[in-house]
Amino acid sequence: MGELAAFIILSVVTLVSAVVVVTSGNIVRSALSLVPCFLGIAGLFVLLQAEFVAGIQVLIYAGGITVLILFVIMLTEGGTGMRFRQVNEQVPLGVLASAALAVLLVVTLVGTRWPQGSGSLPGNTAAAIGSAFLTNMVLVFEITSLVLLVALVGAIVIARRER
Amino acid sequence: MELGLAHFLTTSALLFCLGLYALLTRRNAVAILMGIELMLNAANINLVAFNRYVAPAALNGQIFALVVITLAACEAGVGLALVISAYRRLRTIRVDEINVLKW
Amino acid sequence: MRDLIWLIPLFPLLAFCAIVAFGRRLPGAGSYVAVAGIGASALVSIGLFLEMLGGGPPAQLSLRWMILGEWPLDLGFRVDQLSALMLLVVTVVGSMIFVYSIGYMHGDPRFPRFFAYLSLFAASMLLLVLADNLLLLYAGWELVGLCSYLLIGFYFERPSAARASMKAFITTRVGDFFMFLGILLIFLHLGTFQFEEIFARVREGALSGATLGGVPLLTLVAVLLFGGAVGKSAQVPLHTWLPDAMEGPTPVSALIHAATMVAAGVYMVARTYTLFFESGGQTALHVVAYVGGVTALMAATIAVVQDDIKRVLAYSTISQLGLMMLGLGMLGYTAGMFHLMTHAFFKALLFLGAGSVIHAVHTNSIKEMGGLARVMPSTYWTFLIGALALAGVPPFAGFWSKDEILLETFHHSPVLFAMAALTSFLTAFYMFRVVFYTFGGTLRKHDAHPHESPPVMTRPLWVLAFFAVFVGLVGAPAFGAPIKHFIEFEGIKHVPFSAGLALLSTGIAGAGIFLAALVYHWKVIPASGLRRAAGPLYALVEGKYFFDEVYAVAVVRPTLWVAGSLRKFDIYVVDGIVNLAGVAGLRVARLYRVFDLYVVDGVVNLVGWMAKAMGGVLRYVQTGRVENYLLAIALGVIVLAAAGLLR
Repeated sequence: MGELAAFIILSVVTLVSAVVVVTSGNIVRSALSLVPCFLGIAGLFVLLQAEFVAGIQVLIYAGGITVLILFVIMLTEGGTGMRFRQVNEQVPLGVLASAALAVLLVVTLVGTRWPQGSGSLPGNTAAAIGSAFLTNMVLVFEITSLVLLVALVGAIVIARRER
Repeated sequence: MELGLAHFLTTSALLFCLGLYALLTRRNAVAILMGIELMLNAANINLVAFNRYVAPAALNGQIFALVVITLAACEAGVGLALVISAYRRLRTIRVDEINVLKW
Repeated sequence: MRDLIWLIPLFPLLAFCAIVAFGRRLPGAGSYVAVAGIGASALVSIGLFLEMLGGGPPAQLSLRWMILGEWPLDLGFRVDQLSALMLLVVTVVGSMIFVYSIGYMHGDPRFPRFFAYLSLFAASMLLLVLADNLLLLYAGWELVGLCSYLLIGFYFERPSAARASMKAFITTRVGDFFMFLGILLIFLHLGTFQFEEIFARVREGALSGATLGGVPLLTLVAVLLFGGAVGKSAQVPLHTWLPDAMEGPTPVSALIHAATMVAAGVYMVARTYTLFFESGGQTALHVVAYVGGVTALMAATIAVVQDDIKRVLAYSTISQLGLMMLGLGMLGYTAGMFHLMTHAFFKALLFLGAGSVIHAVHTNSIKEMGGLARVMPSTYWTFLIGALALAGVPPFAGFWSKDEILLETFHHSPVLFAMAALTSFLTAFYMFRVVFYTFGGTLRKHDAHPHESPPVMTRPLWVLAFFAVFVGLVGAPAFGAPIKHFIEFEGIKHVPFSAGLALLSTGIAGAGIFLAALVYHWKVIPASGLRRAAGPLYALVEGKYFFDEVYAVAVVRPTLWVAGSLRKFDIYVVDGIVNLAGVAGLRVARLYRVFDLYVVDGVVNLVGWMAKAMGGVLRYVQTGRVENYLLAIALGVIVLAAAGLLR
């Protein structure tokens, strides 16, 4: 029961802050609301026995990406963005589409019988993930790092002030 | 009621729909990027949840989640660079005003 | 040598091509090449001549050109005694004149072009001489006419030279037209151009019975061919071009208008002599004789009153050509050709001497010259030799050949003999009038500083003077008159030499010279008194018998009038029809244009308009805003997913 309660609390935190993110008229508030949202998701990862992923989630999302987004907001809008209308004219249709999709997904996944896997996760996932990245998943690891490098260079080139 | 796969999937589906909503309605490019982050996180929840409940013996789901987080970071970096570049050139980051390619 | 006859016209032709291609870059700016070309031809010609001296059959070289229907056309060269002699004259005299031209044309801006034209002329002339058929002869005939035109108009900056070249070309064309008709008549009736075949058929009497429009065909053909000779050899009434042709450079006058081209008419008559000889009652020969006789006398009288040294020589040339024709017409086949040969040498000499004088004093008028004997000894002595030869003083070349003609004429027609004798007298008179005016007395043009010409000009004079003295001896009875055995026409008996007639001829020449000396040297008889005594005759001669004026009224004006009328016809009728067709075309085009504009363009525009209208509607879908596209995608996915679920 404890797990369920924790899940409900974490889900509520995540979804409520996500609602604030997508609806708030203040862009800075939206960005800041990302933090509890990401932290909630990290908590869900812990519930799913993925402690390493949760740690990474906290470091990259709650730490890095949120800060980056805030930086960009400050560099571009230079403020809260309250001077402008933050949403466009397709709000009703957007609500309709999102709601329809949500209903569709929920109905589908509730109506589906999910296969139950056997076995259990290793106790120390970080070590297992580390060895997997250097053995079976080494190609994925390398390509990801390459993509990271390219994105890094690309971001610099794109954002650089042109002479 | 036992905590199960369906709970996580429901949460992730709702989170995904919220992200989609941000994508469809926001005018600010940064806000749209935030929506995309939400959607990626929803996908991550799915991956880790499937890993935990469907194939607990393997760690592939978590590994994919890590790769997705990395790529999300790349995406955020490049996307935000684009936003800055666009702002510098067009003095706006409102996607409905960025229409120089339109005939 | 007999196999090499094709080389003779080839050398000058190659020289022509080389000069045209390379011009000034050649040694001597092309002149040495030209001299080498004609010189090589001269060597081959001399070799050939020496071989022909020993007798033997003619050299023949023939090539089938094409077959016209049932008639084969052969082109070929043929060298018999007649053409061997002509080749010798053309190439030797030509070589001397080529060498002389190096000095005379020195410094001329179109120096290489001059030698190119001369070489082309030499090649054409040799082609004419070598031809073994009428067609090739006619080709050479027209080519030398072209060269004559080019060289008379060599100083084309001068309008008089340009007009003279056109006059020469057109006047000779009149004769050429008749000649062409004659050639066509021969081909029509005999089916061949080959001389030998024609002559053989004519001797068999192939054309003897035929008539054309009441005229015996053979006589008609012969007279038509003679028409060509009248034009080319400047016989009355087509002689008017030759004096005007003196506008060309003096070496040209010497080569073309004294020694070779104008003699081509005489050569052509001699070549086709069979046709004349066989014509009924020898009518054609009488035509030749009378035309020649009248020409000789008329030109001699005009020469007496001319003051331009080159025009005196030009009229003298006409006169001497008339004498040659007279000789041929009076059955003096040998005499005519003999005179052609000697005349070529001494008349070329006289022209070159005149050129030397003109070169020195820069005037053509003998009345402005004088006293040149002291400053130009080489020119004086050689000119004197030429004048003596022309006057017919023994033992110079002209005496022997002119005596032959007088002899033949004396035996056949007293009237023509009187004309020939009078011509001889006048010839001696006007020649020495020129000599006394030019070389005697004192210089009357005071701003001139005469000087002897350079050796490159005087040496050819001496070579030609040598020939002018000695070449006549081949007809001297003391040496057995070898020319009579070399050039002879079977069927004609030679008239025996007559010492009395020779004495008479010498006396006539002496009288002419004596009278000239009385008037112009000792001045016993004043020239003005002579002029008054002659009265209207003088006016007639001074006006050159008014041929030019009569032609202007009778030929040139009507021709111009006809041309003008034709021009009007062209402008109003031909152009009218053309314009009418054009206007009609324009109208039809306008109709087409309307059709194009409204039907064709309409369809095209309709297609375009439809595409545009559809695009105009569909363009609103393309908002350019990502959110809209995204919404559409999302809705699409949802609809698809819902459809998948509900299925």
